[in-house]
Amino acid sequence: MSRRAVITGVGAVTPLGVGARTLHERWTAGQSGIEDGYGRAGEFEPTEHLSTKEVRRSDRYTQLALAAAAEALADAGWDDAPPGDPERTACVIGTGIGGIGTLESQHIVLREQGAERISPLSIPLLMANAASGVVAMKYDLRGQSFGTVSACAAGAHAIGMAERLIRHGDADRVVTGGSEAAITPLAMAAFSRMDALSESGVSRPFDRRRDGFVMGEGAGILVLEEEGAARERGARILGHLRGYASTSDAHHLTAPDPTGRGAARAIELALGDAGVAPDEVIYVNAHGTSTPLNDRSETEAIKAALGEERAGQVPVSSTKSAIGHLLGAAGAVEAIATLLALRDRIAPPTLNYEEPDEGLDLDYVPNEARPLQNGAARAVGLCNAFGFGGHNAVLCLEAE
Amino acid sequence: MAATATREEIEQRVFKALEEFGAETDQIGPDAEFEAMDVDSLDLVELAQIVEDEYGVQLKGEDMEGVTTVRRAVDLVMSKLG
Repeated sequence: MSRRAVITGVGAVTPLGVGARTLHERWTAGQSGIEDGYGRAGEFEPTEHLSTKEVRRSDRYTQLALAAAAEALADAGWDDAPPGDPERTACVIGTGIGGIGTLESQHIVLREQGAERISPLSIPLLMANAASGVVAMKYDLRGQSFGTVSACAAGAHAIGMAERLIRHGDADRVVTGGSEAAITPLAMAAFSRMDALSESGVSRPFDRRRDGFVMGEGAGILVLEEEGAARERGARILGHLRGYASTSDAHHLTAPDPTGRGAARAIELALGDAGVAPDEVIYVNAHGTSTPLNDRSETEAIKAALGEERAGQVPVSSTKSAIGHLLGAAGAVEAIATLLALRDRIAPPTLNYEEPDEGLDLDYVPNEARPLQNGAARAVGLCNAFGFGGHNAVLCLEAE
Repeated sequence: MAATATREEIEQRVFKALEEFGAETDQIGPDAEFEAMDVDSLDLVELAQIVEDEYGVQLKGEDMEGVTTVRRAVDLVMSKLG
């Protein structure tokens, strides 16, 4: 029998607060975590979650991952170590940029005080694999451990890779997800200079007035386990990671292919991988960045992959309307949001959606959550994540 | 400024640094082993930077070899100041 990955625990730190269910409940209630044009994880106080040493030895992006991991592992009923062979336990955590806050602050030290004053912790803090290394170290995860780096698709790529590790037999359980803390002067200026950031400071995916994304920060961590092993230990199963696929636009350094062809192929392949037909999909958690280009090409991609008729029927909403764009954490946080939405059979809303744009004519669940139609017993949904560089990663999730 | 630092002052400064590094307060003492306090080579590089800032004493990698306790670290700084 083929090996399947089930999700047994989730954890998240987001602009809507600390906790995966906090994210789900507040987003569903229509609350926004965006203030003054930023999606800061303002409720996260590192010292409440981490020891003095852990705080000192981690960039903010790793601190966010550690807090989300602690929640996810507790949610899965793990103690401080895996419930099985640590050598069969992997850790894959994605990030868009890694410890850019550390990079920036140390560069100031270099300029102002000289090379001799650079912290010996600089590299271990800023490296893009720090989150996976530190989480693996804390919980004695001795199997494969690495970071995935694919801009805003990194979190979804990590989860997809985790699923493959389980399916392929390389691991029996994986701690996986994504993390990002890039609300820094350089990152903000750089995204702003490429006209990617919203000038209005409002995240309004799919709305005619959308003018760019709002920068957010946070982390999402999931515990994936091989289904047989999970059932044997009596784990509570939140859902299944049914399918995953990834493609490349091979089109432009930052812009998506306007036809959405690469993204559509990722959706089709993910459905094929899951063995799910388009009419079985009852919810799509869109990448929905609130940039003019993404929301148009993604709409095209959803239509191409699900067919015009089915695409028009399925509720499609964007978590980024409530928390902004968490870059490399987005795919993971949104996979968790998708799973919890499917479990509750509810489509959370796309906030700030008021004015339709020509050609963007899907059901974007404007401003108010809505029950999901679910004639069949199982609730299957899609979670899209696309990144600069033309990376497309799509997860197909099913709630218990 | 450097030459006026007393042994007690340097010791207190090292204690303070160890606390910042995350060592447990009740473990910190003159003869506590760095290893037992979970203070590693990366921390010691930072300690050397602090000592240089405060007392103008340069500690190189080879100086730190064999420096396994607070007492030995303070001895080293005192000898450099000497």
